[in-house]
Amino acid sequence: MATKTFSVAKLPGFTTTAIIVFIALYLPILTLVAYSFNASQSVAVWGGFSWDWYVKAWNNDAVKDATMRSLLIAVCAAVISTAAATMAALGTTRRKAFKGQTFIYVMINQPLMVPEIVTAVSLLILFGMVKQATGIQGIGYVIFAHSAFCIPFAYLPIRARLEGMDLTLETAAADLYATPWQTFRHVTLPILLPGVIAGAMLAFVISLDDVVITEFTKSGGQDTLPTYMLGQMRRQLTPEINAISSMLLALTIVLLTAFFLLTRKND
Amino acid sequence: MSAAEKAQAAQSTRNGWLLSTPALVILTLFAVGPLMIVVVYSFLAPGQYGNVEWQFSLDGWRGILWTKDIFDDTYGIADANISIFWRSIKLSVLTTVLTFAVGFPTAWFIATRPQKSRALWLFLITIPFWTNLLIRTYAINEVIRNEGLMNTVLMKLGAISEPIRLIYTDTAVFIGMAYVYLPLMVLPLFAAIDRFDMRLLEAGYDLYASRMQVLRRVILPIVKPGIIAGSILVFVPSLGAYVTPRVLGGGKQMMIGNFIDLQFGQGRNWPLGAALSLTLLVIVTAALLIYVKYANRDVSNGH
Repeated sequence: MATKTFSVAKLPGFTTTAIIVFIALYLPILTLVAYSFNASQSVAVWGGFSWDWYVKAWNNDAVKDATMRSLLIAVCAAVISTAAATMAALGTTRRKAFKGQTFIYVMINQPLMVPEIVTAVSLLILFGMVKQATGIQGIGYVIFAHSAFCIPFAYLPIRARLEGMDLTLETAAADLYATPWQTFRHVTLPILLPGVIAGAMLAFVISLDDVVITEFTKSGGQDTLPTYMLGQMRRQLTPEINAISSMLLALTIVLLTAFFLLTRKND
Repeated sequence: MSAAEKAQAAQSTRNGWLLSTPALVILTLFAVGPLMIVVVYSFLAPGQYGNVEWQFSLDGWRGILWTKDIFDDTYGIADANISIFWRSIKLSVLTTVLTFAVGFPTAWFIATRPQKSRALWLFLITIPFWTNLLIRTYAINEVIRNEGLMNTVLMKLGAISEPIRLIYTDTAVFIGMAYVYLPLMVLPLFAAIDRFDMRLLEAGYDLYASRMQVLRRVILPIVKPGIIAGSILVFVPSLGAYVTPRVLGGGKQMMIGNFIDLQFGQGRNWPLGAALSLTLLVIVTAALLIYVKYANRDVSNGH
């Protein structure tokens, strides 16, 4: 038939709106990346293509320092939160619902429900007291703060993985006289591993992205990359910020792609 | 239940708690516990150089809406605070409405793609979602600032002779929030539409419904849980926004988040900051409870 097919799922203007949304979503990001290659000193005028700002950012000690600190915090927070989240996921799935389970869920998801600024000021007060009492200034405060709010992000993929797991495998291992530990080590853990890695990666990205809680819990001279950038945005802007942003963006996309490949294999 | 089974159940429960303990300890110390200190601080008097004086006072809570006259100690309505609350609520509602208006067609578009390309479209929404919020805010700044992309292009085209001064206005904050929170609206909407049985549309059309009628009477009621989830996910962080209004509002167009920050900085009124934080927390919790109520209703009907 030559007549135009009537598609039930088509609604007027929806496709156009969606295309505009995708353009609007990516245009600012692409502009930001494009300006990172701007040879001009100012962010306002396009002065030709150059790698200068990447070189400058790479050689900027403050940026290097902040980057190393960001990575240190993100690695520590990812390890701590993932370890705690894995245990909690094992504790709250695959057993009969028990009293207090809802309480554990609420506690674990608490960081998702409280506005960041509220957590930030509450930690500012707490850490202020501890710092005054003990005189200890270290980076540990920021690491613990990050470990806490990363827990729900690490927990969700691990729990999803556990819930989709075939229980009979463990029963089979037990039938073959494996001890509970052997069963866990050789059966549960290998199956669980993609979930754990996915959880750790989410925690890592979440920690790396955090601005507000870091801003309120860091001591002087403990800038992370995002707080450094926030500080710079108050001053004269140069394409150096664009260069740093673009590098961070590239890292996020790499991690995300890896995350998707990891979780997709589950299905 | 036999005694052995009972013992086994008790053992299982004990293990459940034991395994959850490390997470619970970290969260108690660094997430839930500190909130209790905020409650205490909201009932203390401000210290001269920040922090608090350890004496009971209701001034923190009173300071949310009222301000003390420095000359005769009478209380009047704090207009500045009210305008900040109003801006926060107004911008959060507008952000939720706009993200829904454009997010729904987008989610629909993704959900109706062929299976193969759907994952790609979804990935395109997810990338901005996981990209640093500060970077996305800065990216919007690149477009709307006075010498930014928008003004440059419009002036080149001759559409305007003067740059549109958008940056550091409420509109700038609004555009920025809609931009950064849009994925939070699209993702739950997509999840809801994805489960939608398209045969219902055929049924609607067979019964001579127009496209608008089908949209209003068939689609919207069924994807309602997704709409509520998306709206909450956008409204809640909008209300507590700190970074976006700070960068795009330039310190003048404050929202509640920046106002709280101010009390702990230059304002040197920690009890007021604490009381404001708790107020924000209560509003957000109320919004979440409404969500839980609707989400549970969905589960009982849908499965």
